[in-house]
This record gives sequence, structure tokens and C-alpha cells, in this order.
Amino acid sequence: MSTDALALSRTELASRPIVARLHDWVTTVDHKRLGILYIIYAMVFLVIAGLEATIIRIQLIRPHNDFVSPQVFNRLFTMHGTTMIFFVIMPVLFGFANYLIPLMIGARDMAFPRLNAFSFWMTAFGGLLLYFSLVGANGLYGAGNAPDVGWFAYAPLTSRTFSVGHSTDFWTLALLVSGFGSIGTATNIIATVLCMRCPGMTLAKMPLFAWLNLVMACLVILCVSPLTAAQIMLVIDRYLGGHFFDTQAGGSAVIWMHFFWVFGHPEVYVLVLPAFAFASEIIPVFSRKPIFGYPVMVGATIAIGFISMSVWAHHMFTVGMSSAANNFFVISTMAIAVPTGIKIFNWLGTMWGGKIEFKTPMLFCVAFLFQFLIAGLTGIMQGAAPFDWHLGSSYFVVAHFHYVIVGGILFCLFGAFYYWFPKMSGKMYSETLGKLHFWLFIVGFHLTFDFMHIPGLLGMPRRIYTYEPGRGWDTWNFIVTVGVFFQAAGILVFVGNLLWSYFRGKAAGSDPWDSWTLEWSTNSPPPAYNFASIPVVKSRRPLWDLKHPDDPDWKYE
Amino acid sequence: MRPIGSIDRRVRMSPVVVLICGAGVAFADTAQPWSPTNIFAPASTPAKSIFGLSLFVLAVTGAIFLVVFALLLYSVVKFRKRRYDDGREPPQVYGSNQVELAWTIIPILIVVALFMATARVIAVVQKMPPPSNAIAVTAIAHQFWWEYRYPDLGVVTANELHVPVSDPAHPTPTFIKLLSADTDHSFWVPRLAGKTDLIPNHPNSMWIDPQEIGVYLGQCAQYCGTQHAKMLLRVYVQSKDEFDRWIRQQRQPAISNDPISEGQRIFETTACINCHTVLGTLANGRFGPDLTHLMSRDTLAAGAAPNTPENLRLWLRNPNAIKPGSLMPAMELNEQELDALAAYLETLR
Repeated sequence: MSTDALALSRTELASRPIVARLHDWVTTVDHKRLGILYIIYAMVFLVIAGLEATIIRIQLIRPHNDFVSPQVFNRLFTMHGTTMIFFVIMPVLFGFANYLIPLMIGARDMAFPRLNAFSFWMTAFGGLLLYFSLVGANGLYGAGNAPDVGWFAYAPLTSRTFSVGHSTDFWTLALLVSGFGSIGTATNIIATVLCMRCPGMTLAKMPLFAWLNLVMACLVILCVSPLTAAQIMLVIDRYLGGHFFDTQAGGSAVIWMHFFWVFGHPEVYVLVLPAFAFASEIIPVFSRKPIFGYPVMVGATIAIGFISMSVWAHHMFTVGMSSAANNFFVISTMAIAVPTGIKIFNWLGTMWGGKIEFKTPMLFCVAFLFQFLIAGLTGIMQGAAPFDWHLGSSYFVVAHFHYVIVGGILFCLFGAFYYWFPKMSGKMYSETLGKLHFWLFIVGFHLTFDFMHIPGLLGMPRRIYTYEPGRGWDTWNFIVTVGVFFQAAGILVFVGNLLWSYFRGKAAGSDPWDSWTLEWSTNSPPPAYNFASIPVVKSRRPLWDLKHPDDPDWKYE
Repeated sequence: MRPIGSIDRRVRMSPVVVLICGAGVAFADTAQPWSPTNIFAPASTPAKSIFGLSLFVLAVTGAIFLVVFALLLYSVVKFRKRRYDDGREPPQVYGSNQVELAWTIIPILIVVALFMATARVIAVVQKMPPPSNAIAVTAIAHQFWWEYRYPDLGVVTANELHVPVSDPAHPTPTFIKLLSADTDHSFWVPRLAGKTDLIPNHPNSMWIDPQEIGVYLGQCAQYCGTQHAKMLLRVYVQSKDEFDRWIRQQRQPAISNDPISEGQRIFETTACINCHTVLGTLANGRFGPDLTHLMSRDTLAAGAAPNTPENLRLWLRNPNAIKPGSLMPAMELNEQELDALAAYLETLR
């Protein structure tokens, strides 16, 4: 590792004019820079969509509140959902995958660097298109509106009869464009993992991170394609006289639901598998033990991949399917709890008998384990179709999927941010601020999303801009809104910590956590070529072998 | 004729009490439900079957939660790094096939049990054939109100569904055919049944057999547009006699005024009749609620406001004041016209 060469090149970089440096970022095909672009882009949208959620919650703090109009409220929840799924979580996960996979498998870049850049800019353009609706959606009228059809945009609310102007078109095109980006990145991840591994790294010796992202990428290709098809059909309906979803001309609203959820449910696993990938790297390192049951973890991941393609209609238990169809989706939905449970147990097995060090990344991952357990169990409740006839479309389901996405995915993501920040920036973050972020966020998370289940059980449907007093919902909604402010404070500390550490933090060194995967064997931040010489590995923990030549892993695997 | 409702009696509970009680059986106090829309206070067979299943599912998931939570808590406390650690790595364990097998097979057995309990309730609710004495209702959802038709009884009404109470020994269930005139909606009265969507071009059905007299509340549960929030549901469960009396009254055409009042003239010469029906007059529109017996209803605008003379006048003057985004236009009437129109509508008993 030539530290001198790196230092030299960084001085050179710093002395170049800012326009030239920006030009480098815009035209880059380096997987690490694209990864960081994805992450920064997602952080910007995280703040925007978080502010939208805050306004939603202020509106719902008491019954008959008039902080925003119903029209604005409906736009807010549509934009919040669409932004968070498509322009926050997917890009940030793609960012980490892009940055880490080549480093973890001992490669110098992704398989298709130019496709990588193309995919990022498509995704970025999609997000800008969505927000351009705020000024452009009414077309000729000048001032415009954001889409207000909900993030799953059920037909026929999206037809030109019920959605005049161009707001729905911006929504459609934004998802269509970013969908191409997602498919490009997924193709790239599959090709990279399958073809670019360093000598000695068989599939069975690959870090779980790469395995989980491989399955995630396969799911993206399978599930984003139907969404893209549906968006094209919707455009045909709106502008070329098609009748796919036009119920007034014999089209089917239910077909849209199938198209959307055949994307929408695997999408949940597209988001959660990379979160599992973070946990599967962080928990072993801070427990000082290898992952428990590696082959079973791989098997469970593949099982989740397959089963997740057959559960979509559990989002549709209330649309009047036959009892046979309902039964099928009940059993497939409950079946997916088995491999997911296996994962939780294996993480437990990893911690069991270890020496757990509660650094910030590990704190977030431990909280994830507890919260994901609850999210899984409320998922089983909704998997029981008759119970879902109550819970579906109520605040209970809103609480449930936020438990998955915030309590599960976002907590793992925060863990990943703190764990790999030293590698990406070369600087150490502040452990004190990290812990403050953790405690603020966990208090806010539980105030908001624990108590959000209860109004759902008391009959409160989702997506209502206001509610009647006397339904027993008032207190709960008040508590839920209070929690939002703790979460917002946590995010402020988080962003502040990263910014402060980037400019003022101590140098982290190449391996601050005494870790075992290949990304820690190169400099922090890694040079453009990643590795001076391509590494050769003999086990799943190449750096363990290096640090413990007397007791290497490859003797036991 | 207002049915006596135990429902509107509102019981407030402090969050602390609620937390101590926890989920489950504590919710089931039907005499004093915490909320008129509590899913754990069922009053009709479909809701009761779901309630039974939900208790079973809650018990199973609760048990899993306790066991796994305890194991996780134990491991993070017991295996935390101690202050005076010797700095050596713990024993490196790679896995165990026996343990993996155990935590694969036990969850599979639990899933099978949960599935069988679920399938039973699906059959009870979905495969119920309508008995010959069932009341047939067609519910048609509109943006943002409910139309109810009783095809066998010749009654059309809006927003307030009346059904007879059902004696468990001799059930008289109500079977509701669910249609939509525009976008997707969902019919959800939590104490009577789970929700079922109303989807255009996709007829659905559901049934209820409410066993206690009273008013049951609910609201549209599928996002349907601007005023999704104020598309409220009210189900009036009445004794057989009261229900029959209500049906007889609803079948009557509107009381005719002779000569035609000023209000009726305004009603029939402005756009009102494009959307509203008043039986026995010129007005036969279908886009808005049937107003033949408007004054027999407790609420206006799909439950958005109580049906009082002041609210009625405000609603006529500016529907957006009560329900912004409602599809009823403000007709820009002057004060005298408003008075006359309101006076006419108040004769529609």
C-alpha cells in the first residue's frame, strides 16, 4: 500500500481549481465516487422527505387541525412515500453496494463502470423530475402541483378523469427513469459479484455482504421490470387512448394493484436485504466472532429471494380475492417468516459467547435486532388475512412498515454509516455524538412508531388529512407527533457529526475496528485502484488469517 | 326516530392505564369500548370470528416475542465486553447444524398452526351463503359519499345505512353488494366486519349480522381522493319493528307542496337536479345523494357535520367550508334564495 503516492495525489487534487474537481465528480466512473454520490444524493432527499413527514405529523397532532389543506396533505404523503422508497433508501443502499462490493471481493472496480455512472445519473434525474412537478405539473398554467395519488397510485385515481394536469405524469416518468437506473445498477452488481472476485474467493468464501446484495440485485431485475411495464401502460392509458386501467372503458383497477405489488413486495426485500448485509458484517466484528451458520445464512437469503416473489397479494387481502387465493397468500406470507427468523437466530448465535463491544455501529445493529423482531411479528399478524381485513390500510400497517423501514433498515444504515465512515473519509467520527444520535433517535423512533399501532387498532385509516374527535385517537396521535421531533434532533446530530468529523476528525487508519474483510486491508480512503496488488484469499475472513497465522479460518471452513 | 346508541358514550383512558393493560383481551370490553371504532369490540359474526383469530395470533406472536426478546437481551448483557477484558479473542464458533435445524423446524410448525387457524376464519367469513331471509343492500361508493340501495325493498338512501338487529338464534344478516362509481374505496365499520374494497368494474360483497342495537361508526379506508378523510360511515342497527317502520317511511315520495314553494322552484331551476333525486318531483339526478328524506338523517356530507339548519345553510352556501374538495359546487345563491332553498330541503322528512 503506497501511502506516499496517495498523499501526493491528494495534494495534487487539493491544489486543482474547484471547477476541475467538480468536473471530476460529474464525469467519474470510479465505483467509490459514484457510491459517495449516491449516498450524498440520498441524504439530501432524506432531509426533504423527512420534512414532509414532519408536516404530515404536525397536521395530525390533534383532530380537525388545519395546518395544511387536504390537497397539500395528500401531496405530502405521496411525495414522502415516493421519495423515501425510490430516492432515499434505494440510492443509499446502491451507494453502499457500489462502494463496498469491489473492495470486499478484491476487485478494482465494478464490472461496468460506465453503466454504473449512467445508472446513477438516471436515478438522480428521476428524483429531480419528481420534484420538478412542484413547478411544472400544471404545464401551461405556470405554477404547478406535486402528485397526490399516493405512493402506490391506485387506478383509476391516476386516470386523466381524476388526475387532471401533469402531476401524475411527473410521478410516472420519475419512477420510469429511476427504474432504468435501478435495473442498470442491479445488472452491474450481479456481473461484479459473479465475475470480479479475487483469486481464491469462491462463492462459498464470499462475504455475506456480497451474497445479500447479489440476491437483492436479482430481485431488482425481477421486480422493477413489472413496475416499469406498468408505468408505460399508464402513460399509454393517459395519452394514447389505452384502457389497461381505465375502468370506465372496461379496464381493470385490480390489474394495476397486481402490477404494483408484484413490484412492491419484493421491493421490501430489495430494501431489507442490504440492511441484513450491514448487520451481517457489523455484528460479527463487534462480537469478535465469525458469523454463525454462514451456509444457512446464504440459504435463508436465497429462500427469502424466492418466497418474496410469491407474497405480493397480501397487500390485497381486502380487494375481494377468492378464499383459495387468500389462503395461498397467507401461507406464502407466513412461510417467509421462517428464513427471516433463521437470520435473527443466527445473528443471536453470532453474539452468543462473544465479547460484544457497544460502539455506535453495534448499538444501531442491536436495536435493529429487537425492532426487526417486532416488525416481523406484526407482519405475521397481518399475514393472517382476516386480521388484515382490519389492519390493512389502517395506521397499524403504517406503523408496521415504518418499523421495518426505520426500525430495521434505517437503523442498520446508521450502523453502516458509522462503521464505514472511517474507510470512506479516512477520518474517525465522534463516538460521543454517535451515541447521542443513537439515544435521541431510539427514543423518537419508539415514541412515534410504537404508539402509531394503537390508533390503527382503534379504527383509524391511513391517508386521512384529519380525523373526528371522540374516536379515542387523539392522545396517540399527539405522542406520535412528539416522537418526530426527537428523531429530527437525532438526524441533526448525525449530519453534524459526519460533517464535523470529515473536516476536523482524527485520522482513522486503515483498520480501526480490527476487522476481517478485504476493504480494511487498503488505505482509508482507498486509492482509485483499490489494491496495489490484487489480494489472494483462502477463507471468508482473509484478515483474520493474516492476523492469526497460528489459527487461520481456512483450517476449519 | 333516533336509535339509542351506547356507542357515542366516549370513554377516555389515560395512556398509562392503556399501557398497563396492553394489547389483547383488555380491548374486548364491549360495554365501554375505548373507541366507537375499536376492532377488539366486535358486535357481529365476521368481526367476532376475526377477533377470535386475532387473540390466537396475538398469543402466539406474543410468546415468540417474549422468548426471542429474552434471548437477545440475555446475550447482549451476558456477552458484553467487560471493563477488565484480557484482550483475547473469544472462542471462534462457526455454527451448529443441530441448532439450525431446531430453529428451522419449530418456526415451520408454528406457521402451520397459524395457517390452519387463519384458513378456518377465511372459510367462516368468505364462504357464508346468504340465507333466504337476508336483507340485500347495494352500497355504491362515490367521491366522497355512500349510496345505499335496498333492491328488494324499493328504498334508496345515502350515507346512513339502516339494518335490522340480528338475533344469534335466528340470524337476519345483511348482505352488502359493494360497487364503486368512480375510484377505489373501502367499507370499514370495525365493530361489524373487516374492510372490503369497493372497486369500479369489480363487484365485491360482504355481510354483517349486528347483534346489538346502536349506531356503528367507520369510514372509507382506501385513499379515494381529496376528501378521503371525510367519507364517514354510519350504520344504524335497529330492532325489527323500527327497521320496518324506517323502510315504510323511506318508500314514501316527498311531501308535495302545492303550489310549488319558492325553495322548490330554486332547487328545480338551478343545477341541483342534475345530481340529486327527490322522489315525486322533477329532480332525478344520480351523481349526488338522494334527498327525498334528507331530514331523516342525522348528518350532512357523509357524516362531516351534524344535520342542523345552520349547517345545512352553510353547506348550501359554501360546501368547501365543511368539506374542502367536496364535489358539490357552491351555487352562488343570495341570502333570500338560500333561506328559501334551506326551508324547502327542511320539508324533505
